[in-house]
Amino acid sequence: MRALVWHGKQDIRCDNVPDPRIEQPRDAIIRVTSCAICGSDLHLYDNFMPGMKNGDIMGHETMGVVEEVGPDCTNLKKGDRVVIPFTIICGECDQCRRGNFSVCERSNRNKDMADKVFGHTTAGLFGYTHLTGGYPGGQAEYLRVPFADKTHIKVPSSLSDEQVLFLSDIFPTGWQAAVQCDIQPTDTVAIWGCGPVGQMAIRSAVLLGAKQVIAIDNVPERLSMARAGGATTLNFSEDSIVERLNELTGGKGPEKCIDAVGMEAHATATIDSMYDRAKQAVMLETDRPHVLREMMYVCRPAGVLSIPGVYGGLLDKIPFGMAMNKGLTIRMGQTHVNRWSDDLLRRIEQGQIDPSFVITHRVGLEQGPEMYKTFRDKLDSCIKVVIRP
Amino acid sequence: MSGRAARRRGERRADTTLGLAQGLGWFSIGLGLAELLAPHAVSRSLGLRGHEKLIAGYGVREIVAGVGILASRDPTPWIWGRVAGDALDIGTLAGGLATGRGRERGNAGLAIAAVAGVTLLDVLCGRALGERKITERKRLARDYGDRRGMPKPAEAMRGAARDFEVPRDFRIPDPLRPWGSAA
Repeated sequence: MRALVWHGKQDIRCDNVPDPRIEQPRDAIIRVTSCAICGSDLHLYDNFMPGMKNGDIMGHETMGVVEEVGPDCTNLKKGDRVVIPFTIICGECDQCRRGNFSVCERSNRNKDMADKVFGHTTAGLFGYTHLTGGYPGGQAEYLRVPFADKTHIKVPSSLSDEQVLFLSDIFPTGWQAAVQCDIQPTDTVAIWGCGPVGQMAIRSAVLLGAKQVIAIDNVPERLSMARAGGATTLNFSEDSIVERLNELTGGKGPEKCIDAVGMEAHATATIDSMYDRAKQAVMLETDRPHVLREMMYVCRPAGVLSIPGVYGGLLDKIPFGMAMNKGLTIRMGQTHVNRWSDDLLRRIEQGQIDPSFVITHRVGLEQGPEMYKTFRDKLDSCIKVVIRP
Repeated sequence: MSGRAARRRGERRADTTLGLAQGLGWFSIGLGLAELLAPHAVSRSLGLRGHEKLIAGYGVREIVAGVGILASRDPTPWIWGRVAGDALDIGTLAGGLATGRGRERGNAGLAIAAVAGVTLLDVLCGRALGERKITERKRLARDYGDRRGMPKPAEAMRGAARDFEVPRDFRIPDPLRPWGSAA
């Protein structure tokens, strides 16, 4: 089959690779009908995440049709239409039973490595480094789904691929980011980053009833999409973010702050950003946490910081004393997709939201490598790429 | 003025900015080579005897910055890197001004004035490149103002998902909730 394969930093190719096959009794093989490039794939593309190997298949936003099931995967059958969450879950361990699916204790087949690096393992992820299991990803014609009896979301034929594909990651990720804020009707929610997750977080915050949503970015087309979703927008290349957020909140700062940017913040005109760039260049720092620092500074005391943005390693000069003294609550983590997917699927079916609004580019697998670059460099007004293998 | 004429003027300004950046790149390489190949002469003339290794190091920095400016798609961060380097240079030269004698002091003073001038150019170039990027992005940006993703305007959809019950483990800790709702 054809698949998008990682060969090194900024080197992804559309290769011919062996077809996947059933390896475990709970496995299923799906024929991929749609998949997408995620912002966190770019961290792999730029080689910021450790644990990738030459030949790894990319992709963790995938859906398709079941082709084959293992003997213990009894709740799926050939022809079922499924979205595959990016987190692989066993559904039986202590964490899965609590709904903490992204830290499933059994699905990471490189558990020993993860235990050493993280202290305790997290869930296995598709196409996302050997630290999280080294499972082949879904930017391919076929995908092997481990623990498939639990790791799936069945979707009705009445909804198109584009309406449901993002249940795999960005929609529940934006939703969880907003849910982590426990939004009250009096709240102002400030969201850094108007990429796909930021866009979903904006709409989630609106639907959950925030009084005011403020979105921060510097890419005009992303800001226009954010405004369409009901956000007041700030351009960090033109506005002083701290000043403007205080102005918009009567000098008190937003109650809730969401970091939908993560480790590769692009602000360039601030001292701390230059510091991060310099340290990163000489390998003394792994991430560029400008957004985290800004959120801690501007958030209203007793507020909440919600962090869906991906961080990879060691962060420097985090004003933790400031956060402690202001009594901030910090919530973060990979998304517990299956915890939200039934509810979100219902909202899509009811027409409350149609996540396909975020798609700007549709291509075949062959154009995948080129699209990584287009997406990374925000060329051609690219916000979200959907691939049809 | 017609839109086309304004665009042409914008393009000319962009070319000038890129030209200035390239000039600064070549200047950086030239200065870097001098510092790297003749650190003794440079340090002697500026009253910085004993700092030859530092001067050679600064030379490497200048060459890296110059190559970065000339080779990168976007020279902006390299130009701002030069500004940071200029600040280092001025700090080091100030040392020469304090410890140098006679002609060396004069040379160090002249060098500080020259670096200050180049710093001004670097800052102007960095700002112009930043503005150019913003203008370019705005010109090329598609308007996604119709991509609402919801059936009605946000004002009408606000709170449509209030039927969602936030799980207990995702709620704000009780002591931090508004007093009324914590009771």
